[in-house]
Amino acid sequence: MPLRDGTGPIPDDWTKVEPGAPLAARSLLGLADAEARGAELGGIDPRSLGLRVANDAERARLLPWLRKVGLIALAFPSFADGRAFSLGRWLRERGHEGRLRAEGPVIADQWPHLRGCGFDEVEIPEALAARQPEAQWKAAEARIALGYQVGRPGRQAISAARREARR
Amino acid sequence: MYRYDEFDAAFVKARAGEFRDQVARRLSGALTEDEFKPLRLMNGLYLQLHAYMLRVAIPYGVLNGAQMRKLAEISETYDRGYGHFTTRQNIQFNWPKLKDAPAILDELASVGMHAIQTSGNCIRNTTTDPFAGVAPDEIEDPRATCELIRQWSSLHPEFTFLGRKFKIAVTGAEADRAAIRVHDIGIQIVRSEAGETGYRIFVGGGLGRTPMIGKVVREFLPKPDLLRYLEACLRIYNLHGRRDNKYKARIKILVHEIGIEAYRDEVEAEFASLAGTISPDAEEEARIAAYFASPEYAALAEASAFYERAKREDPDFAAWARRNVHPHRAPGYAAATISLKPIGGAPGDATAEQMRAMAEIAERHSLDELRVTHEQNVVLPHLKLDDLPIVWRKLKAQGLDAPNRGLVTDIIACPGLDYCALATARSIPVAQRIAERFADPTLQERIGPLSIKISGCINACGHHHIAHIGVLGLDKAGVESYQLTLGGDATETAAIGERTGPGFSYEDVVDAIETLIGAYLDRREPGETFLQCYRRLGMEAFKEPLYAAA
Repeated sequence: MPLRDGTGPIPDDWTKVEPGAPLAARSLLGLADAEARGAELGGIDPRSLGLRVANDAERARLLPWLRKVGLIALAFPSFADGRAFSLGRWLRERGHEGRLRAEGPVIADQWPHLRGCGFDEVEIPEALAARQPEAQWKAAEARIALGYQVGRPGRQAISAARREARR
Repeated sequence: MYRYDEFDAAFVKARAGEFRDQVARRLSGALTEDEFKPLRLMNGLYLQLHAYMLRVAIPYGVLNGAQMRKLAEISETYDRGYGHFTTRQNIQFNWPKLKDAPAILDELASVGMHAIQTSGNCIRNTTTDPFAGVAPDEIEDPRATCELIRQWSSLHPEFTFLGRKFKIAVTGAEADRAAIRVHDIGIQIVRSEAGETGYRIFVGGGLGRTPMIGKVVREFLPKPDLLRYLEACLRIYNLHGRRDNKYKARIKILVHEIGIEAYRDEVEAEFASLAGTISPDAEEEARIAAYFASPEYAALAEASAFYERAKREDPDFAAWARRNVHPHRAPGYAAATISLKPIGGAPGDATAEQMRAMAEIAERHSLDELRVTHEQNVVLPHLKLDDLPIVWRKLKAQGLDAPNRGLVTDIIACPGLDYCALATARSIPVAQRIAERFADPTLQERIGPLSIKISGCINACGHHHIAHIGVLGLDKAGVESYQLTLGGDATETAAIGERTGPGFSYEDVVDAIETLIGAYLDRREPGETFLQCYRRLGMEAFKEPLYAAA
């Protein structure tokens, strides 16, 4: 499925690995699979591991992986189901420094919200990418510039812009 | 009042541009109907029974004359020459065309208005006491808090695709004129024993199919912690609220199912661990608060001989003054309610001409300020007592002088079957028939404070659950049937009304209400209101006469 970040379409250098299947150079594993593998993952550079996480996953299960894995891909079963916005933001607050991916049929209009919650990239279905080509995502990117919330990645808060304008 | 600066204006302009783009992308097929729907809802555009409906935000119900004039102009240019003020202190236009929506949003942006988040599963317009900054019993003006919440909640990246809509109300006084206990989150400004000002936070109130009174989740929250605490409350809701059934997706269901203690524990843990800065700096908070500093009132005497004489000379004016004029904290001033409930009218409707008249009166006599109330009326917050007679004459010339604030004909009604795709029964015609039955102002005053609220289906947009007498219109095998509830209350003594029993037909429901009011007049003690009387006597005292004839 097509993958893009703030720069545009990007190649996916992660391999989705089925439960129990051999690992690849950079393996994207289901959370339960990663948990089940236990010691097998012990000798591996955790930055070469990624986790695919459902949007109703218990947050405690993610704590052992924080500050270690190179990628967390949060599922959006539908664009209207916004639970992963909170989950993504929480992961960033708790120190996840790897990539953060939204996986599912999110729409270009949500790109500013995704960026505001700390997501780096989206992996969307082919048909959706065909309907919403890159130009629409770029247009959404341009709308990030101005927002009221404080401390959001990639943009200045309106209150801070005001303060600067006064000086 | 708050004035948009270049940054607020740029934000609103960008949103109007974004919606114009979304409409174009819907038409090109880039967006499917399913994808477009929440986007148009987040810009206030509903698809109703006959047409689109555009709901325009009036942040915490406050607007100036220029904004009211713009609403009048929009109603004439793009609609049918009137607007409908809502229970959430907004205004709706019932007949705009989809193709005109972007142009309307541009018009609104020209006076610092918009339709952002007036619908959809996001944080809606924050509502408050229409007498904010004016009421003598207030601890602090709640509007600065409302504005802080407005900014924080505008296109909040984390909370724009919630499980369901989310409504917040704030009051600055113990007397609750903002119905905070029936909101998803209710905020009461309180003062601690040590004299510190902070907030008491209620959560999980709401009406709809499952009415609930909010519970206290935090007894005292220091002021600087507000946004951080709200962020924690919303995050727990967003993560754990139900998504399997839209009728069980409000926060009240989550709080009910896991219990207030469990919800509180989750929120407090989240609150304690939330990292990073959430609130703007103190300088920004001071900037916002400065907009709500007390205006420059003239130095006036406490009483006005001119006003007192006008009341003595004209009984109609005196009746209006008794019902619609409210105390003001500044000497020689008053606030007044413009009733949008003339006998036989549609509750909350105002014509373009009436809107212009209200704008003119506000500009000339009320420091250019108007407030929309959740009872679907409009308040002039800063009137000199000396000006009340002329203001009243101007209102009278427009049919805006109904002396019925808080009385039996000051009815809240949803649009009902005549406009709404969800409704199962008519609402507005029932309100009109009740008002006509009790049209006599002397009778209304004799009955005293009494709220009647009418919903045309179980979604309860007419707030019938919190009426002293609630009316719920249902469809029983193709025939309208109206259930009655008694004892509901939206204030600090909030209660959900109790059903009397079987419903009444469209023809009989007004007689039934008259019977209830008759029972109250027969049995009340001196000075006792309907609600007090009901609480003293209980349901049986009303049920018995109500069903005796049947």
